[in-house]
Amino acid sequence: MSAPPNRAPRPPGIWTIAGSLGRRQYWMFAALGLFSPLLLWSVLAASGLIDPVFLPSPAMVARRVLTWLTEDDLLADTGISIYRVSAGFLLSAVLALPLGLLIGSFRPVAAMLEPLTDFIRYMPAVAFIPLIMLWVGIDESAKISVIFIGTFFQMLLMVAEDVRRTPRAQIEAAHTMGATRYEIIKLVLLPSAKPALLDTLRVTMGWAWTYLVVAELVAANSGLGYSILKAQRFLKTDTIFAGIILIGLIGLVMDQGFRWLHRRLFPWAQARA
Amino acid sequence: MGASQGLNMNKVHMMNKVQIRHLGKVFDGGKPVTALENINLDIRDNEFVTLVGASGCGKSTLLRILGGLEYRSSGELDSNGQPVNGPGADRAMVFQHYSLYPWLTVMENIKFSRKLRAKRGDMSSADVEAASGRADALLRLIGLSSAAHAYPNQLSGGMQQRVAIARALMSRPAILLMDEPFGALDAQTREVMHDLILHVHRIEKTTIVFVTHDVEEAIYLGQRVVLMAPRPGRIDTIYDVPLPARREQDMKHAPEFLAMKKQILARIRDTSGMATDGDLLERLNLQAAA
Repeated sequence: MSAPPNRAPRPPGIWTIAGSLGRRQYWMFAALGLFSPLLLWSVLAASGLIDPVFLPSPAMVARRVLTWLTEDDLLADTGISIYRVSAGFLLSAVLALPLGLLIGSFRPVAAMLEPLTDFIRYMPAVAFIPLIMLWVGIDESAKISVIFIGTFFQMLLMVAEDVRRTPRAQIEAAHTMGATRYEIIKLVLLPSAKPALLDTLRVTMGWAWTYLVVAELVAANSGLGYSILKAQRFLKTDTIFAGIILIGLIGLVMDQGFRWLHRRLFPWAQARA
Repeated sequence: MGASQGLNMNKVHMMNKVQIRHLGKVFDGGKPVTALENINLDIRDNEFVTLVGASGCGKSTLLRILGGLEYRSSGELDSNGQPVNGPGADRAMVFQHYSLYPWLTVMENIKFSRKLRAKRGDMSSADVEAASGRADALLRLIGLSSAAHAYPNQLSGGMQQRVAIARALMSRPAILLMDEPFGALDAQTREVMHDLILHVHRIEKTTIVFVTHDVEEAIYLGQRVVLMAPRPGRIDTIYDVPLPARREQDMKHAPEFLAMKKQILARIRDTSGMATDGDLLERLNLQAAA
């Protein structure tokens, strides 16, 4: 019986469960994931099997973006949409952060507000539109209100949960060092929750964008969402594609911005080097 | 606090840093559970007392009541001559883990308690300077001067616990409460930590109450070992450790050390209420023989 040669085993590959991936490999797979749908789309459109009304080619969409930019003021549409989303999102954040901090810190506040919030967050934001028009009117604040309703209640619960995830020993250590309640909130709960809070903002920012089209249902005459809705009426699928892709791109950029901010602000929260 | 009153209190409790009388703790719930019953214990100034016992004996609960993190249901509890009615800076606590603030550096963690005092505005610039000196001294004491600006997640578990100890000592607490602080460390690191905490005890002259489930640790560190028993949580036996005040690792092999270890382990087994363990072993032995 001959023993197998005792060679050094090959290290486990990238397909190991919960394995690791190098930086270059990561970008390779990311590019693969991003470009294969584009390729598939090009092939399908070029094959001529599908009517361009249903599926315009990437080139048609690109041309559409260009004419939108040069003739139809794409920048104004993008600007106003970014403004609406940001305003609704910021309004949510300004209210959800302190309120969520209180819910996460004090049980009575949690008992009072959490079941209520759970109740409201299941209500469809779209269904509030008639009420919003009645209460707020049809100007910019109405569009911002829709985005606010769509994000605030989810954000509130997530902020509360972020605060509650502070390890008990961190709070108790502060207690035994003589910290007051205010000091514990300011010096322990808040800094402990900060990285998770930034992640919550990143995720809810994405949700705010998904409410844009709904928001621009309300008597809008500009904006990316409005352009998509208008294009629907005239069956201009290339514009619909262009609008959807532009919203996706803006979202991607903002998401990466939040991730970059996370790495910059919280080096201590990154995985051990 | 009036001066005369303070004097009186000092006279009464001259020797005892902690005085526990008929202390009881009942956890309310669907069905009330008696966690501690009729606890009586005096802890002297600068004493090192360890608490051991089977799980559920209430040793951690007792420590948390001392720290003011839980409240007693009955009885009296004085610390440093004052009744304990909640947490206070005179009783610092070291936890098993996750108690450091990961967003602060080692140095900032150690100085955390100063941040609290400074906020109250009763600190002069001389105090601030003294505090910096103390933080530096503590950092040297725990042997982490070179890691002053590291973040906790860059340190090993043992180093993290050393920082937690330094942070607890920063405000010169009268009593240091330690809740299985080395429970999550490996055996070698734990030995180093044992000698470190004994060194700290000698230098800082604090009173230490130390909870552990490791009998060897309890004997090696403690001047007295308090054995607790479960259901209801109570003090079973208090052992005076017959070792010289200055402990050395070799003492762990001394006959009196081993004898005491055997005695305490037997007593824990007897009081744990898990008599079936012996039966089970016997049955397994019989099966193996068959």
